[in-house]
Amino acid sequence: MTAISHERRQAELRKRSSGRLMIFGFLSPTLAILLFMVAYPIFSLVYYSFFNFSALRQGAMKPMGLKNYKFLLSDPELWERFVFTGKFVFICVALQMLIGIFVGYQLHKNFRGRDLVFTLLMMPMMLSPIVVGFLWRYMLNSEWGIVNFLLHSVGLPKVDWLGQTNAALWAAAAADTWMWTPFIVLLATAAFRGIPETIHEAAEVDGASPAYKFFRITLPMSAPVLFIALILRLIDSFKQYDLFVALTGGGPGSSTETVSFSVAKTAFSYFYTGEASALAVILLVIIIGLSMILVRHLQKMSERY
Amino acid sequence: MAEIALRNLTIDFSGFKAVDDVSLTVKNGEFVVYLGPSGCGKTTTLRCIAGLVKATSGDVLFDGQRVNELSASQRNIAMVFQFVSLYPHLRIRENIVFPLKARGVAASEIRRKLDWVTDVFKLGDELDRYPSALPPGARQKVALARAVIRDPAVLLLDEPLSAIDEQFREEMRWELGHLQRQLGVTTIYVTHDQREAMSLADRIVLMNDGRIVQVSEPDRIFFDPVDVFAGQFIGSPSMNLIDLAPADGGLRLGDSGVTLTASDDGIPGWALSSSRPLKLGVRPLNVHLVDEGEPGVPLAVDDVFSVGRERFFSFRIGDAVCQGVDKRRAPGAPGRVHFAPEGLLFFDAATGRRVRAGDAA
Repeated sequence: MTAISHERRQAELRKRSSGRLMIFGFLSPTLAILLFMVAYPIFSLVYYSFFNFSALRQGAMKPMGLKNYKFLLSDPELWERFVFTGKFVFICVALQMLIGIFVGYQLHKNFRGRDLVFTLLMMPMMLSPIVVGFLWRYMLNSEWGIVNFLLHSVGLPKVDWLGQTNAALWAAAAADTWMWTPFIVLLATAAFRGIPETIHEAAEVDGASPAYKFFRITLPMSAPVLFIALILRLIDSFKQYDLFVALTGGGPGSSTETVSFSVAKTAFSYFYTGEASALAVILLVIIIGLSMILVRHLQKMSERY
Repeated sequence: MAEIALRNLTIDFSGFKAVDDVSLTVKNGEFVVYLGPSGCGKTTTLRCIAGLVKATSGDVLFDGQRVNELSASQRNIAMVFQFVSLYPHLRIRENIVFPLKARGVAASEIRRKLDWVTDVFKLGDELDRYPSALPPGARQKVALARAVIRDPAVLLLDEPLSAIDEQFREEMRWELGHLQRQLGVTTIYVTHDQREAMSLADRIVLMNDGRIVQVSEPDRIFFDPVDVFAGQFIGSPSMNLIDLAPADGGLRLGDSGVTLTASDDGIPGWALSSSRPLKLGVRPLNVHLVDEGEPGVPLAVDDVFSVGRERFFSFRIGDAVCQGVDKRRAPGAPGRVHFAPEGLLFFDAATGRRVRAGDAA
């Protein structure tokens, strides 16, 4: 008798809990936060981008249609920012992936002190980009920085690292690489270690040389994880802003300003809020586009397994 | 194809001797099965032949050539592993030809070989699929195809069938035996499944605690075990082992008070006069529960149970539970236990070694 009523109660609970209302109930706190934190800002961003509007003068909002976008996309200065950002992204991602995969492969086998090495490797990642920027700015100072001191001590000429556009680009890329390569190392190592030992042994028995094994087995089998790392680094370096604030301040001139830097400058130095919003929307579209291409690719790869 | 020889092979894992002074020659084209319980060193031996584990001392010889220093990739061996070892990112076709591509074989030769193995293993429909789309049995078939495509010196199989469903395993076992005879490739197969060993092997190598216990043909290892371990490991249900003690003109079975004699029960004379304590080993198929009045000894029957058409019974001697075949015409009738004289094996109670007519002192 009690067993029957217990079962009935269970069934009733199940019925009640499977209702749409219940599902919505559980989801609503998350949805509310998401709505407030993501949807609202994006909506207002897009909204402001159609106006001639400054955050300093809240009252005067003049509808502009697509004029903000037209102006931005025909501005040669902005294209230079995109080219510079592109160069920076390419150098950073290429360096970080290459070094990260190489170091990750060296570290994927067990050895004494492995945990210590990894803890040390993770240190740069834990610092704020502003801190990293200043750290490198001091090291690269043309008069008393340690880099020029070392160059000088072996008889090489001093370099004005942060005073020339190209040198500053490489300096920033070096700082970003110093900071983020460990992230690739970590993911690559995890990916390499995720390949079952039997697969390695099978490849060895099958007569594969170490290089053949690496390029035909290890790398392709780790590709899904490495792709995720690539996406993340691509997006992240594309958005790079604070490192440049600390390292170069955008100079010399405005030659080392990234697109994000331009957004911040337009929004908070010139207070062209409408124009800055339009630029941010363009940036957002590019980043979403980038991630979509790679996520697609990722899905296709994972279907195979 | 090659003759594989192990000379005093010892493999020491920081103090633990996984393989202890093993010597064995596997003839060209022979199918040898390493059999033994988990941790007996059979897989370690196989991996050492493959070059995946280094010998601590002793030699591995391929056709008389010492290969200790050669890596797995230099030995021209093929191996099929217990668990899936197909490359998941490559299609079946690419998986199968991997060993040839890794060695830089010409494309036309690769195509010819691929056609050949595809035909032998009937894999035509699977070539363009990925390993994850295949059931485990078919995957092992692909692994086998990948193994033989390179004409290996020796084919090493590490429990290749244990991860496959029971019903498919039988079929694969048959196909494997057939294939090995067809190709004539020297094969070393590791298993803990005695039925696999019995049905596939030209010779069985029984291992325990890192040492070879017995090397012989499947039949002989069953009927003529060299010690208690061999006797009890092979055969299911397992061999009965009963303590013997000399008692007025015969040998008493443990603490049962029942005595087997030379005249009534066919105990050989040398066993009666043996100076060392003996144990009796007798397989259940040689212990019969017969009707009252037929030759046999009175032992209390513990339990009777049916397995298919056969009826088994159990009885206790001391702590040991023994089994036999119930041959009474009517189940439940009073009966006697008869030990078939040809099935009586004697072991040294102290060492476990088999004691035969000649060596009873």
